[in-house]
Amino acid sequence: MSILLVAEHNDAALNPVTLNVLAAAQAIGGDITVLVAGEGCGAAAEAAAALPGVSKVLCADAAVYGKQLAENVAPLIAEAAAGHSHVLSAHSTNGKNTMPRVAALLDVNMVSDIISVESEDTFKRPFYAGNAIATVKSSDAVKVVTVRHTAFDATPATGGSAAVEALASAHDAGVSSFVNEEIVKLDRPELTAARVVVSGGRGMGSGENFKILEGVADKLNAAMGASRAAVDAGFVPNDMQVGQTGKIVAPELYIAVGISGAIQHLAGMKDSKVIVAINKDEDAPIFQVADYGLVADLFQAVPELEAQI
Amino acid sequence: MKVLVAIKRVIDYNVKVRVKADNSDVDLTNVKMAVNPFCEIAIEEAVRLKESGQATEVVAVAVGPSQCQEQLRTALALGADRAILVETEGFPQPLSVAKLLKGVYDQEQPGLVIFGKQSIDADNNQTGQMFAALAGLGQGTFASKVEIAGDTVNVTREVDGGLQTVALKAPAVVTTDLRLNEPRYASLPNIMKAKKKPLDTLTPEALGVEVKATIETLRVEPPAERQGGIKVDSVEALVDKLKNEAKVI
Ligand SMILES: Cc1cc2nc3c(=O)[nH]c(=O)nc-3n(C[C@H](O)[C@H](O)[C@H](O)COP(=O)(O)OP(=O)(O)OC[C@H]3O[C@@H](n4cnc5c(N)ncnc54)[C@H](O)[C@@H]3O)c2cc1C
Repeated sequence: MSILLVAEHNDAALNPVTLNVLAAAQAIGGDITVLVAGEGCGAAAEAAAALPGVSKVLCADAAVYGKQLAENVAPLIAEAAAGHSHVLSAHSTNGKNTMPRVAALLDVNMVSDIISVESEDTFKRPFYAGNAIATVKSSDAVKVVTVRHTAFDATPATGGSAAVEALASAHDAGVSSFVNEEIVKLDRPELTAARVVVSGGRGMGSGENFKILEGVADKLNAAMGASRAAVDAGFVPNDMQVGQTGKIVAPELYIAVGISGAIQHLAGMKDSKVIVAINKDEDAPIFQVADYGLVADLFQAVPELEAQI
Repeated sequence: MKVLVAIKRVIDYNVKVRVKADNSDVDLTNVKMAVNPFCEIAIEEAVRLKESGQATEVVAVAVGPSQCQEQLRTALALGADRAILVETEGFPQPLSVAKLLKGVYDQEQPGLVIFGKQSIDADNNQTGQMFAALAGLGQGTFASKVEIAGDTVNVTREVDGGLQTVALKAPAVVTTDLRLNEPRYASLPNIMKAKKKPLDTLTPEALGVEVKATIETLRVEPPAERQGGIKVDSVEALVDKLKNEAKVI
Protein backbone atom coordinates (compact mmCIF):
# COMPACT_ATOMS: atom_id res chain seq x y z
CA MET A 1 0.00 0.00 0.00
CA SER A 2 1.06 3.50 -0.73
CA ILE A 3 -0.75 6.47 0.71
CA LEU A 4 -0.79 10.03 -0.56
CA LEU A 5 -1.68 12.28 2.37
CA VAL A 6 -2.84 15.76 1.42
CA ALA A 7 -1.63 18.11 4.16
CA GLU A 8 -3.92 20.66 5.78
CA HIS A 9 -1.92 23.88 6.12
CA ASN A 10 -1.90 27.64 5.63
CA ASP A 11 1.49 27.78 3.83
CA ALA A 12 3.30 28.91 7.00
CA ALA A 13 2.47 25.90 9.15
CA LEU A 14 0.75 22.54 9.19
CA ASN A 15 -2.69 22.49 10.73
CA PRO A 16 -2.57 20.03 13.67
CA VAL A 17 -5.39 17.94 12.13
CA THR A 18 -2.74 16.69 9.70
CA LEU A 19 -1.38 14.64 12.62
CA ASN A 20 -4.74 12.93 13.09
CA VAL A 21 -4.93 12.16 9.36
CA LEU A 22 -1.41 10.75 9.59
CA ALA A 23 -2.61 8.46 12.39
CA ALA A 24 -5.37 7.20 10.09
CA ALA A 25 -2.79 6.65 7.34
CA GLN A 26 -0.63 4.65 9.75
CA ALA A 27 -3.68 2.57 10.69
CA ILE A 28 -4.06 1.66 7.00
CA GLY A 29 -0.34 0.96 6.82
CA GLY A 30 2.18 1.16 4.01
CA ASP A 31 4.35 3.85 2.53
CA ILE A 32 3.24 7.45 3.25
CA THR A 33 3.90 10.43 0.97
CA VAL A 34 2.69 13.88 2.05
CA LEU A 35 1.62 16.44 -0.54
CA VAL A 36 1.81 20.14 0.37
CA ALA A 37 0.29 22.43 -2.24
CA GLY A 38 0.17 26.18 -1.82
CA GLU A 39 1.90 29.45 -2.50
CA GLY A 40 4.99 30.06 -0.41
CA CYS A 41 4.36 26.79 1.39
CA GLY A 42 8.01 25.83 1.97
CA ALA A 43 7.70 26.12 5.76
CA ALA A 44 4.68 23.80 5.80
CA ALA A 45 6.57 21.32 3.60
CA GLU A 46 9.54 21.40 6.01
CA ALA A 47 7.17 20.69 8.90
CA ALA A 48 5.68 17.80 6.91
CA ALA A 49 9.17 16.37 6.34
CA ALA A 50 9.62 16.11 10.11
CA LEU A 51 6.47 14.01 10.59
CA PRO A 52 7.20 10.52 11.84
CA GLY A 53 6.90 7.65 9.38
CA VAL A 54 6.68 9.79 6.25
CA SER A 55 8.91 8.65 3.42
CA LYS A 56 8.62 11.62 1.08
CA VAL A 57 7.14 15.11 0.89
CA LEU A 58 5.94 16.54 -2.41
CA CYS A 59 5.87 20.32 -2.41
CA ALA A 60 3.89 22.12 -5.12
CA ASP A 61 4.67 25.77 -4.49
CA ALA A 62 3.12 28.00 -7.14
CA ALA A 63 0.93 31.09 -7.41
CA VAL A 64 -1.87 29.03 -8.97
CA TYR A 65 -2.12 27.03 -5.73
CA GLY A 66 -2.47 30.14 -3.58
CA LYS A 67 -5.48 29.79 -1.26
CA GLN A 68 -5.64 26.17 -2.46
CA LEU A 69 -8.49 26.70 -4.92
CA ALA A 70 -10.06 23.29 -5.57
CA GLU A 71 -10.22 23.81 -9.34
CA ASN A 72 -6.41 24.08 -9.53
CA VAL A 73 -5.33 21.82 -6.68
CA ALA A 74 -7.58 18.84 -7.55
CA PRO A 75 -5.86 18.04 -10.88
CA LEU A 76 -2.49 18.27 -9.11
CA ILE A 77 -3.60 15.80 -6.43
CA ALA A 78 -5.15 13.49 -9.04
CA GLU A 79 -1.87 13.53 -10.96
CA ALA A 80 0.19 12.88 -7.82
CA ALA A 81 -2.18 10.03 -6.91
CA ALA A 82 -0.77 7.87 -9.72
CA GLY A 83 0.75 4.75 -8.22
CA HIS A 84 -0.90 5.29 -4.83
CA SER A 85 -3.57 3.04 -3.34
CA HIS A 86 -5.10 5.75 -1.11
CA VAL A 87 -5.49 9.52 -1.07
CA LEU A 88 -6.27 10.88 2.40
CA SER A 89 -7.10 14.30 3.78
CA ALA A 90 -8.89 15.82 6.75
CA HIS A 91 -12.67 16.17 6.58
CA SER A 92 -12.16 19.93 6.91
CA THR A 93 -13.83 22.54 4.70
CA ASN A 94 -10.69 22.32 2.57
CA GLY A 95 -10.82 18.53 2.32
CA LYS A 96 -14.55 18.54 1.65
CA ASN A 97 -14.08 21.16 -1.05
CA THR A 98 -11.24 19.47 -2.91
CA MET A 99 -11.33 15.70 -2.43
CA PRO A 100 -14.64 14.94 -4.22
CA ARG A 101 -13.18 16.79 -7.20
CA VAL A 102 -10.09 14.60 -7.00
CA ALA A 103 -12.26 11.47 -6.81
CA ALA A 104 -14.26 12.50 -9.90
CA LEU A 105 -11.06 13.19 -11.85
CA LEU A 106 -9.86 9.70 -10.88
CA ASP A 107 -13.29 8.26 -11.81
CA VAL A 108 -13.82 6.76 -8.37
CA ASN A 109 -16.28 7.19 -5.51
CA MET A 110 -15.10 8.61 -2.23
CA VAL A 111 -15.46 7.67 1.42
CA SER A 112 -16.18 10.77 3.54
CA ASP A 113 -15.54 11.37 7.20
CA ILE A 114 -14.18 8.01 8.39
CA ILE A 115 -13.98 7.31 12.12
CA SER A 116 -12.12 4.01 11.95
CA VAL A 117 -9.97 1.91 9.66
CA GLU A 118 -11.14 -1.72 9.63
CA SER A 119 -8.78 -2.80 6.86
CA GLU A 120 -7.14 -1.26 3.82
CA ASP A 121 -10.48 -1.05 1.98
CA THR A 122 -13.03 -1.04 4.81
CA PHE A 123 -13.89 1.92 7.02
CA LYS A 124 -16.52 3.05 9.49
CA ARG A 125 -18.28 6.33 8.99
CA PRO A 126 -21.23 8.07 10.65
CA PHE A 127 -24.26 9.07 8.59
CA TYR A 128 -27.76 10.36 9.36
CA ALA A 129 -26.22 13.04 11.62
CA GLY A 130 -24.30 10.39 13.53
CA ASN A 131 -27.45 8.42 14.40
CA ALA A 132 -26.06 5.40 12.55
CA ILE A 133 -22.57 4.12 11.81
CA ALA A 134 -21.92 2.34 8.52
CA THR A 135 -19.10 -0.07 7.81
CA VAL A 136 -18.30 0.46 4.13
CA LYS A 137 -15.99 -1.32 1.74
CA SER A 138 -14.61 0.39 -1.33
CA SER A 139 -13.75 -1.61 -4.45
CA ASP A 140 -12.29 1.42 -6.23
CA ALA A 141 -8.73 1.19 -7.53
CA VAL A 142 -7.77 4.27 -5.53
CA LYS A 143 -9.46 4.91 -2.20
CA VAL A 144 -10.16 8.61 -1.79
CA VAL A 145 -10.92 9.19 1.88
CA THR A 146 -11.50 12.10 4.25
CA VAL A 147 -10.82 11.56 7.94
CA ARG A 148 -12.76 12.79 10.96
CA HIS A 149 -9.80 14.06 12.94
CA THR A 150 -11.40 13.67 16.37
CA ALA A 151 -11.60 9.89 15.84
CA PHE A 152 -7.83 9.39 15.54
CA ASP A 153 -5.21 10.28 18.18
CA ALA A 154 -2.64 12.68 16.78
CA THR A 155 0.84 11.34 16.01
CA PRO A 156 3.85 13.30 17.28
CA ALA A 157 4.78 16.24 15.05
CA THR A 158 8.45 15.32 14.83
CA GLY A 159 10.74 12.33 14.58
CA GLY A 160 10.98 11.92 10.83
CA SER A 161 13.33 13.35 8.25
CA ALA A 162 11.81 12.86 4.82
CA ALA A 163 13.20 14.42 1.67
CA VAL A 164 11.22 17.29 0.14
CA GLU A 165 10.73 17.01 -3.61
CA ALA A 166 9.45 20.00 -5.58
CA LEU A 167 6.58 19.38 -7.97
CA ALA A 168 6.85 21.61 -10.99
CA SER A 169 3.45 21.14 -12.61
CA ALA A 170 1.18 24.15 -12.34
CA HIS A 171 -2.46 23.52 -13.15
CA ASP A 172 -4.53 26.59 -13.78
CA ALA A 173 -8.12 25.69 -14.60
CA GLY A 174 -8.78 29.39 -15.24
CA VAL A 175 -12.34 29.21 -13.90
CA SER A 176 -11.96 30.59 -10.39
CA SER A 177 -10.03 33.17 -8.46
CA PHE A 178 -9.66 34.24 -4.86
CA VAL A 179 -11.25 37.59 -3.98
CA ASN A 180 -10.88 38.01 -0.24
CA GLU A 181 -11.37 36.40 3.14
CA GLU A 182 -12.43 37.32 6.62
CA ILE A 183 -10.55 35.01 8.90
CA VAL A 184 -11.62 35.32 12.50
CA LYS A 185 -8.57 35.91 14.67
CA LEU A 186 -8.91 34.64 18.18
CA ASP A 187 -6.53 34.53 21.11
CA ARG A 188 -7.93 31.15 21.99
CA PRO A 189 -7.19 27.57 21.08
CA GLU A 190 -8.74 26.44 17.83
CA LEU A 191 -12.20 24.96 18.25
CA THR A 192 -11.43 21.58 16.72
CA ALA A 193 -8.20 21.14 18.68
CA ALA A 194 -9.07 22.57 22.10
CA ARG A 195 -9.03 20.50 25.28
CA VAL A 196 -12.05 22.40 26.58
CA VAL A 197 -14.91 23.93 24.57
CA VAL A 198 -17.49 26.35 25.97
CA SER A 199 -20.50 26.71 23.66
CA GLY A 200 -23.48 29.03 23.78
CA GLY A 201 -26.88 28.69 22.14
CA ARG A 202 -29.96 30.75 21.49
CA GLY A 203 -30.43 30.97 25.24
CA MET A 204 -27.53 33.44 25.36
CA GLY A 205 -29.95 36.00 23.96
CA SER A 206 -27.39 38.22 22.21
CA GLY A 207 -23.82 38.43 20.97
CA GLU A 208 -23.07 40.84 23.81
CA ASN A 209 -24.05 38.18 26.34
CA PHE A 210 -21.44 35.78 24.95
CA LYS A 211 -18.98 37.91 26.97
CA ILE A 212 -20.01 36.08 30.13
CA LEU A 213 -18.95 32.81 28.48
CA GLU A 214 -15.60 34.33 27.57
CA GLY A 215 -14.81 34.70 31.24
CA VAL A 216 -15.23 30.97 31.77
CA ALA A 217 -13.39 30.16 28.54
CA ASP A 218 -10.46 32.37 29.57
CA LYS A 219 -10.08 30.60 32.88
CA LEU A 220 -10.18 27.15 31.30
CA ASN A 221 -8.09 28.10 28.25
CA ALA A 222 -11.06 26.92 26.23
CA ALA A 223 -12.21 27.44 22.66
CA MET A 224 -15.65 28.90 22.12
CA GLY A 225 -18.40 27.25 20.11
CA ALA A 226 -22.05 27.85 19.35
CA SER A 227 -25.24 26.25 18.12
CA ARG A 228 -26.61 26.98 14.70
CA ALA A 229 -29.39 29.06 16.24
CA ALA A 230 -26.80 31.35 17.88
CA VAL A 231 -24.95 31.74 14.57
CA ASP A 232 -28.13 32.27 12.54
CA ALA A 233 -29.24 34.94 14.99
CA GLY A 234 -25.97 36.76 14.31
CA PHE A 235 -24.70 36.45 17.90
CA VAL A 236 -21.37 34.95 16.77
CA PRO A 237 -19.53 34.14 13.49
CA ASN A 238 -20.23 31.01 11.42
CA ASP A 239 -16.90 29.34 12.13
CA MET A 240 -18.06 28.76 15.72
CA GLN A 241 -20.93 26.44 14.73
CA VAL A 242 -20.69 22.96 16.18
CA GLY A 243 -22.79 20.20 14.68
CA GLN A 244 -23.75 17.98 11.78
CA THR A 245 -23.09 20.77 9.35
CA GLY A 246 -20.63 22.77 11.39
CA LYS A 247 -17.53 21.61 13.17
CA ILE A 248 -17.06 18.26 14.84
CA VAL A 249 -15.40 18.50 18.22
CA ALA A 250 -14.47 15.94 20.86
CA PRO A 251 -12.72 17.79 23.67
CA GLU A 252 -12.12 16.46 27.15
CA LEU A 253 -14.71 18.89 28.46
CA TYR A 254 -17.64 20.39 26.54
CA ILE A 255 -19.80 22.93 28.33
CA ALA A 256 -23.13 23.62 26.59
CA VAL A 257 -24.87 26.74 27.81
CA GLY A 258 -28.39 27.65 26.70
CA ILE A 259 -28.34 24.92 24.06
CA SER A 260 -31.35 22.61 23.81
CA GLY A 261 -29.51 19.63 22.31
CA ALA A 262 -31.05 19.10 18.84
CA ILE A 263 -29.71 15.98 17.09
CA GLN A 264 -27.87 18.16 14.60
CA HIS A 265 -25.97 19.83 17.43
CA LEU A 266 -25.32 16.55 19.27
CA ALA A 267 -23.82 15.14 16.06
CA GLY A 268 -20.96 17.58 16.48
CA MET A 269 -20.12 17.12 20.16
CA LYS A 270 -21.44 13.91 21.62
CA ASP A 271 -18.05 12.20 21.44
CA SER A 272 -16.67 14.69 23.97
CA LYS A 273 -15.25 12.98 27.02
CA VAL A 274 -17.20 14.94 29.63
CA ILE A 275 -20.28 16.98 28.77
CA VAL A 276 -21.74 19.67 31.02
CA ALA A 277 -25.10 21.27 30.25
CA ILE A 278 -26.50 24.41 31.80
CA ASN A 279 -30.09 24.99 30.80
CA LYS A 280 -33.14 26.35 32.58
CA ASP A 281 -35.45 23.75 31.04
CA GLU A 282 -35.06 20.49 32.94
CA ASP A 283 -36.51 18.54 30.01
CA ALA A 284 -34.04 19.87 27.44
CA PRO A 285 -32.66 16.92 25.41
CA ILE A 286 -29.09 18.08 26.07
CA PHE A 287 -29.44 16.59 29.57
CA GLN A 288 -29.75 13.11 28.02
CA VAL A 289 -26.14 13.26 26.88
CA ALA A 290 -24.73 15.41 29.68
CA ASP A 291 -22.56 13.81 32.35
CA TYR A 292 -23.33 16.74 34.61
CA GLY A 293 -26.49 18.76 34.14
CA LEU A 294 -27.33 21.94 35.96
CA VAL A 295 -30.90 23.21 35.71
CA ALA A 296 -30.42 26.92 36.19
CA ASP A 297 -30.67 30.34 34.64
CA LEU A 298 -27.43 30.77 32.74
CA PHE A 299 -27.15 34.46 33.60
CA GLN A 300 -26.83 33.45 37.22
CA ALA A 301 -24.93 30.18 36.85
CA VAL A 302 -22.23 31.26 34.38
CA PRO A 303 -20.81 34.15 36.46
CA GLU A 304 -20.86 31.88 39.52
CA LEU A 305 -19.00 29.22 37.55
CA GLU A 306 -16.40 31.75 36.46
CA ALA A 307 -15.89 32.80 40.05
CA GLN A 308 -15.47 29.25 41.34
CA ILE A 309 -13.04 27.74 38.84
CA MET B 1 -29.48 32.76 -17.52
CA LYS B 2 -31.00 29.37 -16.88
CA VAL B 3 -30.47 27.87 -13.42
CA LEU B 4 -30.39 24.13 -12.81
CA VAL B 5 -31.10 23.02 -9.24
CA ALA B 6 -30.25 19.48 -8.14
CA ILE B 7 -32.41 18.18 -5.31
CA LYS B 8 -32.51 14.99 -3.28
CA ARG B 9 -35.33 13.13 -1.56
CA VAL B 10 -34.27 12.29 2.00
CA ILE B 11 -35.72 11.44 5.39
CA ASP B 12 -37.40 14.44 7.02
CA TYR B 13 -34.86 16.11 9.30
CA ASN B 14 -37.15 15.88 12.34
CA VAL B 15 -37.33 12.09 12.18
CA LYS B 16 -34.97 10.14 14.41
CA VAL B 17 -33.72 7.21 12.36
CA ARG B 18 -33.46 3.68 13.69
CA VAL B 19 -31.16 0.94 12.59
CA LYS B 20 -32.81 -2.25 11.32
CA ALA B 21 -32.58 -5.26 13.62
CA ASP B 22 -30.52 -7.20 11.05
CA ASN B 23 -27.97 -4.33 10.86
CA SER B 24 -28.32 -4.11 7.08
CA ASP B 25 -29.36 -0.45 6.94
CA VAL B 26 -31.49 2.17 8.64
CA ASP B 27 -35.23 1.53 8.65
CA LEU B 28 -37.06 3.87 6.29
CA THR B 29 -40.41 2.06 6.14
CA ASN B 30 -43.28 4.49 6.64
CA VAL B 31 -40.88 7.28 7.47
CA LYS B 32 -41.73 10.83 6.39
CA MET B 33 -39.60 11.93 3.42
CA ALA B 34 -38.84 15.48 2.32
CA VAL B 35 -36.61 17.66 0.18
CA ASN B 36 -33.11 17.69 1.70
CA PRO B 37 -32.94 20.97 3.71
CA PHE B 38 -29.84 22.20 1.86
CA CYS B 39 -31.58 21.53 -1.47
CA GLU B 40 -34.55 23.63 -0.31
CA ILE B 41 -32.08 26.46 0.18
CA ALA B 42 -30.79 25.79 -3.35
CA ILE B 43 -34.31 26.04 -4.79
CA GLU B 44 -34.96 29.24 -2.85
CA GLU B 45 -31.77 30.83 -4.16
CA ALA B 46 -32.65 29.96 -7.74
CA VAL B 47 -36.19 31.26 -7.39
CA ARG B 48 -34.90 34.52 -5.89
CA LEU B 49 -32.52 34.92 -8.84
CA LYS B 50 -35.50 34.57 -11.14
CA GLU B 51 -37.62 36.98 -9.12
CA SER B 52 -34.86 39.59 -9.25
CA GLY B 53 -34.63 39.19 -13.02
CA GLN B 54 -31.18 37.58 -13.03
CA ALA B 55 -32.38 34.13 -13.98
CA THR B 56 -34.72 33.37 -16.85
CA GLU B 57 -35.75 29.84 -15.99
CA VAL B 58 -35.37 27.49 -13.01
CA VAL B 59 -35.16 23.77 -13.75
CA ALA B 60 -35.20 21.31 -10.83
CA VAL B 61 -33.61 17.90 -11.34
CA ALA B 62 -33.57 14.84 -9.10
CA VAL B 63 -31.88 11.48 -9.47
CA GLY B 64 -33.57 8.51 -7.87
CA PRO B 65 -36.68 6.32 -7.85
CA SER B 66 -40.09 7.48 -9.10
CA GLN B 67 -41.12 8.68 -5.61
CA CYS B 68 -38.72 11.61 -6.10
CA GLN B 69 -41.51 13.15 -8.19
CA GLU B 70 -43.02 14.28 -4.87
CA GLN B 71 -39.95 16.36 -4.06
CA LEU B 72 -39.79 17.69 -7.62
CA ARG B 73 -43.44 18.80 -7.26
CA THR B 74 -42.41 20.59 -4.07
CA ALA B 75 -39.66 22.36 -6.02
CA LEU B 76 -42.24 23.36 -8.65
CA ALA B 77 -44.56 24.64 -5.91
CA LEU B 78 -41.69 26.71 -4.54
CA GLY B 79 -41.20 28.38 -7.91
CA ALA B 80 -39.22 26.14 -10.26
CA ASP B 81 -40.56 26.30 -13.82
CA ARG B 82 -40.11 22.68 -14.77
CA ALA B 83 -38.60 19.51 -13.45
CA ILE B 84 -36.64 16.50 -14.62
CA LEU B 85 -36.43 13.14 -12.93
CA VAL B 86 -33.55 10.90 -13.88
CA GLU B 87 -35.19 7.69 -12.81
CA THR B 88 -33.01 5.02 -11.27
CA GLU B 89 -33.48 2.02 -9.04
CA GLY B 90 -32.79 3.32 -5.57
CA PHE B 91 -30.31 6.15 -5.09
CA PRO B 92 -27.05 5.81 -7.05
CA GLN B 93 -23.72 6.66 -5.40
CA PRO B 94 -22.38 10.21 -5.75
CA LEU B 95 -20.09 9.64 -8.76
CA SER B 96 -22.95 8.16 -10.77
CA VAL B 97 -25.30 10.95 -9.67
CA ALA B 98 -22.68 13.48 -10.77
CA LYS B 99 -22.35 11.76 -14.17
CA LEU B 100 -26.13 11.67 -14.67
CA LEU B 101 -26.38 15.35 -13.77
CA LYS B 102 -23.56 16.11 -16.18
CA GLY B 103 -25.73 14.47 -18.86
CA VAL B 104 -28.65 16.72 -17.94
CA TYR B 105 -26.32 19.74 -17.83
CA ASP B 106 -25.11 19.04 -21.38
CA GLN B 107 -28.71 18.97 -22.60
CA GLU B 108 -29.89 22.01 -20.66
CA GLN B 109 -26.81 24.27 -20.88
CA PRO B 110 -27.59 26.32 -17.74
CA GLY B 111 -25.47 29.27 -16.59
CA LEU B 112 -25.56 28.22 -12.95
CA VAL B 113 -26.02 24.86 -11.21
CA ILE B 114 -26.99 24.94 -7.53
CA PHE B 115 -26.71 21.98 -5.16
CA GLY B 116 -27.19 21.51 -1.43
CA LYS B 117 -23.79 21.11 0.23
CA GLN B 118 -24.68 17.73 1.69
CA SER B 119 -27.66 15.45 2.05
CA ILE B 120 -28.69 14.81 5.61
CA ASP B 121 -28.99 11.05 5.03
CA ALA B 122 -25.61 10.06 3.57
CA ASP B 123 -23.80 13.17 4.92
CA ASN B 124 -21.26 12.79 2.10
CA ASN B 125 -20.78 16.37 0.89
CA GLN B 126 -19.51 15.20 -2.52
CA THR B 127 -21.94 15.43 -5.42
CA GLY B 128 -21.70 19.13 -6.30
CA GLN B 129 -17.89 19.05 -6.32
CA MET B 130 -17.80 15.82 -8.36
CA PHE B 131 -20.20 17.33 -10.87
CA ALA B 132 -18.11 20.50 -11.10
CA ALA B 133 -15.01 18.42 -11.83
CA LEU B 134 -16.75 16.40 -14.56
CA ALA B 135 -18.16 19.55 -16.17
CA GLY B 136 -14.87 21.44 -15.76
CA LEU B 137 -16.59 24.26 -13.89
CA GLY B 138 -15.59 26.47 -10.99
CA GLN B 139 -17.27 25.75 -7.67
CA GLY B 140 -18.41 27.90 -4.78
CA THR B 141 -19.06 25.39 -2.04
CA PHE B 142 -20.74 26.04 1.34
CA ALA B 143 -22.11 29.33 0.04
CA SER B 144 -23.57 31.95 2.35
CA LYS B 145 -23.85 34.60 -0.38
CA VAL B 146 -24.11 34.47 -4.19
CA GLU B 147 -23.83 37.53 -6.41
CA ILE B 148 -23.96 37.52 -10.19
CA ALA B 149 -22.11 40.25 -12.06
CA GLY B 150 -22.19 39.66 -15.81
CA ASP B 151 -20.22 36.51 -16.52
CA THR B 152 -18.85 36.28 -13.00
CA VAL B 153 -20.45 34.56 -10.04
CA ASN B 154 -19.09 35.81 -6.71
CA VAL B 155 -19.59 33.32 -3.94
CA THR B 156 -18.92 33.87 -0.25
CA ARG B 157 -18.08 30.55 1.37
CA GLU B 158 -18.27 29.39 4.98
CA VAL B 159 -14.80 27.94 5.63
CA ASP B 160 -13.12 26.68 8.79
CA GLY B 161 -11.48 29.98 9.71
CA GLY B 162 -14.37 32.26 8.74
CA LEU B 163 -15.52 33.44 5.31
CA GLN B 164 -13.85 33.33 1.90
CA THR B 165 -15.06 34.95 -1.32
CA VAL B 166 -14.19 33.50 -4.72
CA ALA B 167 -15.01 34.73 -8.21
CA LEU B 168 -16.15 32.03 -10.64
CA LYS B 169 -16.51 32.18 -14.38
CA ALA B 170 -20.07 31.31 -15.47
CA PRO B 171 -21.31 28.66 -15.97
CA ALA B 172 -20.48 27.75 -12.39
CA VAL B 173 -21.49 25.48 -9.53
CA VAL B 174 -22.73 26.62 -6.13
CA THR B 175 -23.38 24.40 -3.11
CA THR B 176 -25.50 25.96 -0.39
CA ASP B 177 -24.81 26.37 3.29
CA LEU B 178 -27.46 27.06 5.91
CA ARG B 179 -27.18 30.82 5.98
CA LEU B 180 -27.57 31.50 2.26
CA ASN B 181 -31.28 32.21 2.67
CA GLU B 182 -34.39 31.15 4.52
CA PRO B 183 -36.59 29.04 2.25
CA ARG B 184 -40.24 30.00 1.89
CA TYR B 185 -43.17 27.67 2.38
CA ALA B 186 -45.22 26.59 -0.61
CA SER B 187 -48.65 28.22 -0.68
CA LEU B 188 -51.73 26.14 -1.47
CA PRO B 189 -52.41 27.86 -4.82
CA ASN B 190 -48.78 27.28 -5.80
CA ILE B 191 -49.04 23.62 -4.83
CA MET B 192 -52.09 23.35 -7.11
CA LYS B 193 -50.31 25.18 -9.94
CA ALA B 194 -47.27 22.92 -9.56
CA LYS B 195 -49.37 19.91 -10.55
CA LYS B 196 -49.68 21.34 -14.04
CA LYS B 197 -46.03 22.28 -14.53
CA PRO B 198 -43.98 19.97 -16.78
CA LEU B 199 -42.10 17.08 -15.18
CA ASP B 200 -40.06 14.99 -17.62
CA THR B 201 -38.45 11.66 -16.94
CA LEU B 202 -35.09 10.55 -18.30
CA THR B 203 -33.23 7.29 -17.97
CA PRO B 204 -29.52 6.66 -17.40
CA GLU B 205 -29.48 4.87 -20.77
CA ALA B 206 -30.81 7.95 -22.55
CA LEU B 207 -28.02 9.97 -20.94
CA GLY B 208 -25.45 7.31 -21.83
CA VAL B 209 -24.37 6.79 -18.23
CA GLU B 210 -23.68 3.44 -16.64
CA VAL B 211 -24.77 3.51 -12.99
CA LYS B 212 -22.13 1.78 -10.91
CA ALA B 213 -21.81 1.15 -7.16
CA THR B 214 -18.28 0.77 -5.87
CA ILE B 215 -18.93 1.29 -2.17
CA GLU B 216 -20.61 -1.59 -0.41
CA THR B 217 -22.26 -1.16 2.98
CA LEU B 218 -21.33 -4.20 5.04
CA ARG B 219 -23.08 -3.28 8.26
CA VAL B 220 -25.03 -0.48 9.90
CA GLU B 221 -25.15 -0.08 13.65
CA PRO B 222 -26.37 2.48 16.13
CA PRO B 223 -23.70 4.72 17.65
CA ALA B 224 -22.42 3.91 21.11
CA GLU B 225 -24.97 5.28 23.56
CA ARG B 226 -23.69 7.74 26.11
CA GLN B 227 -24.28 6.71 29.68
CA GLY B 228 -26.92 9.00 31.14
CA GLY B 229 -25.33 11.41 33.58
CA ILE B 230 -26.54 13.09 36.71
CA LYS B 231 -28.03 16.44 37.62
CA VAL B 232 -26.15 18.57 40.10
CA ASP B 233 -28.03 21.10 42.23
CA SER B 234 -25.56 23.96 42.32
CA VAL B 235 -22.58 25.49 40.57
CA GLU B 236 -20.56 24.51 43.61
CA ALA B 237 -21.49 20.84 43.20
CA LEU B 238 -20.71 21.06 39.47
CA VAL B 239 -17.23 22.47 40.07
CA ASP B 240 -16.60 19.81 42.71
CA LYS B 241 -17.56 17.02 40.28
CA LEU B 242 -15.42 18.45 37.49
CA LYS B 243 -12.42 18.77 39.78
CA ASN B 244 -12.65 15.65 41.86
CA GLU B 245 -14.69 13.09 39.92
CA ALA B 246 -14.11 13.81 36.22
CA LYS B 247 -10.77 15.52 36.92
CA VAL B 248 -11.04 17.68 33.80
CA ILE B 249 -10.42 21.08 35.38
C1 LIG C 1 -30.15 20.63 7.89
C2 LIG C 1 -29.93 21.14 9.28
C3 LIG C 1 -28.64 21.21 9.77
C4 LIG C 1 -28.41 21.70 11.06
N1 LIG C 1 -27.12 21.75 11.51
C5 LIG C 1 -26.89 22.19 12.76
C6 LIG C 1 -25.56 22.23 13.29
O1 LIG C 1 -24.58 21.88 12.62
N2 LIG C 1 -25.40 22.67 14.56
C7 LIG C 1 -26.45 23.08 15.36
O2 LIG C 1 -26.22 23.46 16.51
N3 LIG C 1 -27.69 23.05 14.87
C8 LIG C 1 -27.95 22.63 13.59
N4 LIG C 1 -29.23 22.65 13.13
C9 LIG C 1 -30.27 23.32 13.94
C10 LIG C 1 -30.85 22.47 15.06
O3 LIG C 1 -31.90 21.68 14.55
C11 LIG C 1 -31.40 23.38 16.17
O4 LIG C 1 -32.35 24.25 15.63
C12 LIG C 1 -30.33 24.22 16.88
O5 LIG C 1 -29.25 23.40 17.27
C13 LIG C 1 -30.94 24.87 18.10
O6 LIG C 1 -30.01 25.72 18.73
P1 LIG C 1 -30.14 26.08 20.27
O7 LIG C 1 -30.09 24.84 21.06
O8 LIG C 1 -29.16 27.14 20.57
O9 LIG C 1 -31.55 26.79 20.33
P2 LIG C 1 -32.91 26.31 20.99
O10 LIG C 1 -33.32 24.98 20.53
O11 LIG C 1 -33.86 27.45 20.82
O12 LIG C 1 -32.53 26.15 22.53
C14 LIG C 1 -32.23 27.21 23.37
C15 LIG C 1 -32.11 26.63 24.77
O13 LIG C 1 -31.69 27.64 25.66
C16 LIG C 1 -32.35 27.46 26.89
N5 LIG C 1 -32.38 28.75 27.57
C17 LIG C 1 -32.98 29.90 27.16
N6 LIG C 1 -32.76 30.89 28.04
C18 LIG C 1 -32.00 30.38 29.03
C19 LIG C 1 -31.46 30.90 30.24
N7 LIG C 1 -31.62 32.20 30.60
N8 LIG C 1 -30.74 30.09 31.03
C20 LIG C 1 -30.54 28.78 30.70
N9 LIG C 1 -31.04 28.23 29.57
C21 LIG C 1 -31.75 29.02 28.75
C22 LIG C 1 -33.71 26.94 26.53
O14 LIG C 1 -34.28 26.22 27.61
C23 LIG C 1 -33.41 26.07 25.32
O15 LIG C 1 -33.20 24.72 25.71
C24 LIG C 1 -29.48 22.14 11.86
C25 LIG C 1 -30.78 22.07 11.36
C26 LIG C 1 -31.02 21.58 10.09
C27 LIG C 1 -32.41 21.51 9.59
